[in-house]
Amino acid sequence: MPTYEPVLLARINKPNSGKLEGYRADGGYATVERALKELKPIDVVTQVKDSGLRGRGGAGFPCGLKWTFLPKDHPGPIYLCVNADESEPCTYNNRILMEKDPHQVLEGIMLACYAIRSQKAFFYVRYEYGDAFRALESAVAEMYAAGLLGKNILGSGFDLDIVLHRGAGAYICGEETGLIESLEGKRAWPRIKPPFPAIEGAFRKPTIVNNVETLACVTQIMKRGKEWFQSLGVPPDPKNPRDAGSYGPKLYTIAGHVEQPCCVELPMGVTVRELVEKHGGGVWKGRKAKAVNPGGLSMGYLNVNTKLKDSDLTEYDIPLDFNGPGRVQCLGLGTAAVTVIDDQTSMIDVLHNTCQFFSHESCGQCTPCREGTGWMLKITDRLRRGLGRKEDLDVLVDVADRIGIMPGTTICGLADGAGWPVKTAIRKFREEFEAAIKSGAKSKYAKSLAMAGAH
Amino acid sequence: MSVLSEDLKNRIRAFIPKYPRKQAVTLPALHLVHDELRTVSNEAIVEIAEILELHPSEVNDTMTFYAFFKGEGEKLGTTRFWVCRGLACMLRGAYELIEHCEDKLGVHCGHTTPDGKITLEFAECIGACDGAPACLVNDVHAMNVTPEKADQLITELKLK
Ligand SMILES: Cc1cc2nc3c(=O)[nH]c(=O)nc-3n(C[C@H](O)[C@H](O)[C@H](O)COP(=O)(O)O)c2cc1C
Ligand code: SF4
Ligand code: FES
Repeated sequence: MPTYEPVLLARINKPNSGKLEGYRADGGYATVERALKELKPIDVVTQVKDSGLRGRGGAGFPCGLKWTFLPKDHPGPIYLCVNADESEPCTYNNRILMEKDPHQVLEGIMLACYAIRSQKAFFYVRYEYGDAFRALESAVAEMYAAGLLGKNILGSGFDLDIVLHRGAGAYICGEETGLIESLEGKRAWPRIKPPFPAIEGAFRKPTIVNNVETLACVTQIMKRGKEWFQSLGVPPDPKNPRDAGSYGPKLYTIAGHVEQPCCVELPMGVTVRELVEKHGGGVWKGRKAKAVNPGGLSMGYLNVNTKLKDSDLTEYDIPLDFNGPGRVQCLGLGTAAVTVIDDQTSMIDVLHNTCQFFSHESCGQCTPCREGTGWMLKITDRLRRGLGRKEDLDVLVDVADRIGIMPGTTICGLADGAGWPVKTAIRKFREEFEAAIKSGAKSKYAKSLAMAGAH
Repeated sequence: MSVLSEDLKNRIRAFIPKYPRKQAVTLPALHLVHDELRTVSNEAIVEIAEILELHPSEVNDTMTFYAFFKGEGEKLGTTRFWVCRGLACMLRGAYELIEHCEDKLGVHCGHTTPDGKITLEFAECIGACDGAPACLVNDVHAMNVTPEKADQLITELKLK
């Protein structure tokens, strides 16, 4: 197979890749200029819809289809919220795009706003991304100076403002209605749906929330055509009537126990093994992998030694497209953030760390989520202190199963996401957990008070 | 006497035209005040609420949701030093690094050195996992932070 030439990341290593001049020299903003002159908004919607682009923020909802949910002939205003909260652990692809090629994302915002008839985009950037924020700030200033934002852009009659907005360190601001509440100046408490944001979103107006990578894909689809996008990735699985296919390029981030943590762009459907061994430089220190978290913590864990049914392949060979991780009891593709865990690491420490994250980040509105994530943290804390009880594992799986049933018991998907790593870690590594309980072995971190959940 | 200077108030007011509702300026206002005064006191909350035509309890409610902001009776050091404890960082030595920094600074996470220079904190994944273990110095990432590199960063910050 010929090597894939990156498109989304094509410019990131250029000097001054974030500057307008450089972006224009590489053909930047010609696409939106052409769209404003030659296409109607509905043409942009149709092209994005036909490309098969699914949202890159985690849920994989078809992007063009979501845009069509906006009320027809709404007098406005309609808003776009750009989701750059990116707080799913081990995910950092949005950061790379914003820091290194902000104009590619901003052109995608222009195209999206034109398509959905929005004159205002709120770009919600997590606080921790200071460098990304400053890159965006200077890029937006360059755009205003060049007449690419503001009134009557490029003489087309289209008006658009982009407002940059900084978060304040809370994972739940990435959930789309949590983001909207936070933007409005309130606690980031996710809203009960329906109404969905497309009907009633930010400031009670129709709103589309899109991820940064999704918007970068919009730029490339409008530039290269839907056929190009469809030529990459994986068509729908005929055995899965709910699969809408996984088209286009994807940014994969590789972290944890690999020699070379990095962000790579490849067509959808690359296997975990290839990502780790070819792109991540293999498992570090010459060790072997034991577990992999294939798409951000909330997707669950793979056991790289577990054979797939009727095959010599293992969970390590699972393709990372929207459909792949689901075949091995994980939640889904998520953010395609691959975290590798080597064979000298305790799964108890890994699971405790995971539970600590979700318990810390639960917004506390829904009882099953607030109490369930806290309960799972308590049990895993007990396990790592060597005080585990025989029944603990079943209780963990039971709690994880119950808080995660969607929809109905909780307002947002955080609870579901908190359950998957617990269920998969215990189901797939049960022997290791049982042996630790039996022997009463303490984790090497058990004495570390800072990490005991006390904060 | 007002705790927010006229300049600070004007910088808050400058955000208002960007949003359809004044309440949306709550986070930008809290950031501005917090950055400058290193705390958001009860008086500051009242003054922010006045500018945004809100009840002070609304500003307080939002502020306290984000553990990020230090309220009445708390104060940040000159520099905030966060050590990430997320999974990718844990796998590459974050817990050891946190302990090292606590020892070095003589304070636990969440606290400020007695000289008021550095507030040490732990963070959930800061999105710099390609440089794990990673730290955040105010809002700038420090990547691949070994204990030696942490010492060096801390020394530089203490000199400031
Ligand atoms: C707890 C939680 C956290 C989320 N965090 C993010 C995030 O950081 N960034 C993001 O784009 N989407 C995140 N999402 C998904 C968003 O709710 C939403 O689906 C997405 O931003 C839509 O954009 P897309 O269709 O372009 O993917 C999160 C969802 C949940 C339930
Ligand atoms: S599921 Fe959890 S995070 Fe989501 S709204 Fe309910 S309590 Fe908050
Ligand atoms: S886990 Fe530390 S930066 Fe992501």
